[in-house]
Amino acid sequence: MVEFALPKNSRITTGKTWPKPEGTTNLRKVQIYRWNPDDGDNPRVDTYFVDMDSCGPMVLDALIKIKNEIDPTLTFRRSCREGICGSCAMNIDGINTLACIYGMDEIKGDVKIYPLPHLPVVKDLIPDLTHFYAQHASIMPWLETKTNRPAKEWKQSIDDRKKLDGLYECVMCACCSTSCPSYWWNSDRYLGPAALLHAYRWIIDSRDEATGERLDDLEDPFKLYRCHTIMNCTKTCPKGLNPAKSIAEIKKMMLERVV
Amino acid sequence: MRYLTARKRAEGKGAAHTGTEHHWHMKISSVGLAFLVPVFIYIFGRALGQGHEAVLDIFARPFPAIVTGLVLVVGMQHFSKGAQIMIEDYARGFWRKALIIAVIALSWTVTATGLFALAKIAL
Repeated sequence: MVEFALPKNSRITTGKTWPKPEGTTNLRKVQIYRWNPDDGDNPRVDTYFVDMDSCGPMVLDALIKIKNEIDPTLTFRRSCREGICGSCAMNIDGINTLACIYGMDEIKGDVKIYPLPHLPVVKDLIPDLTHFYAQHASIMPWLETKTNRPAKEWKQSIDDRKKLDGLYECVMCACCSTSCPSYWWNSDRYLGPAALLHAYRWIIDSRDEATGERLDDLEDPFKLYRCHTIMNCTKTCPKGLNPAKSIAEIKKMMLERVV
Repeated sequence: MRYLTARKRAEGKGAAHTGTEHHWHMKISSVGLAFLVPVFIYIFGRALGQGHEAVLDIFARPFPAIVTGLVLVVGMQHFSKGAQIMIEDYARGFWRKALIIAVIALSWTVTATGLFALAKIAL
């Protein structure tokens, strides 16, 4: 449900300002959301100063440098550092994106880093994605077939394969879903752009034989129709995908069944 | 605290198998209003500033009366269904149901009142 103010125990306080490294001139101020479930305190924003002369170009490089050299308690997810795994999704400079492919030079002024919005926080920059993944699992993200399995393989024409471009590349980073106001207010029932993009990926797969069942499962005022074409999902997707178009295509297919 | 699995929470009560008709109705009424509203504004604009008799005369003619009636019916139905979506977005539980009932009742009341006034003028 819509909430206009943060709960009392989620209100952000001013945190610690870490000392500037000595003998450096090319410093960048980085403000990072910190919250530790074990200390019982409210979240705070700590301020760090990063020497850009000895730091890589991406936001993830700065985070790793802070963790290695300034504050080892800083907690965040990261893995591939090249935009493939989706682990390092966070809110940087007001935009949901991947820290590994977002350059420090793309940010004017101080670098402000928060966890993905409107998700429970596990610690610091790590959101709890359990519900997000469960929603993805609920759309049956696999090939459903009824025909007996062919001797060699399920064939697909080049044109049908092309229909999956712009869909299969999704890395499930949750940037799109957590940028969507509809998902903020109704994530318990609305599937969100990421799960719906994946649903569409399987609906239009020429080899899948559960199109009707998939559409049946999506036909719901909340699961699908809570999308109001706000387009934040498309604007924020760090992979340049278009979840809003996928949702519109599903709605078109729903109408084709009725009208 | 309920010990529900993440999958059970995500599935909820399953799909309602409705929503497409609502979506289609909003599309149709949007297109209809895109044509009706400019015509109504033109008619209303012509009547604006004129005397009581002249205004009654304009809305007693078939075309302005029918357009006004259509704007009332289509507009209020569009409002009703649109407001329902908005309420579903922002309210829950008792207030969600109460507000939806109130909006539907309001839209039908405005439609009936407007049509009554129009009939009184036109007939």
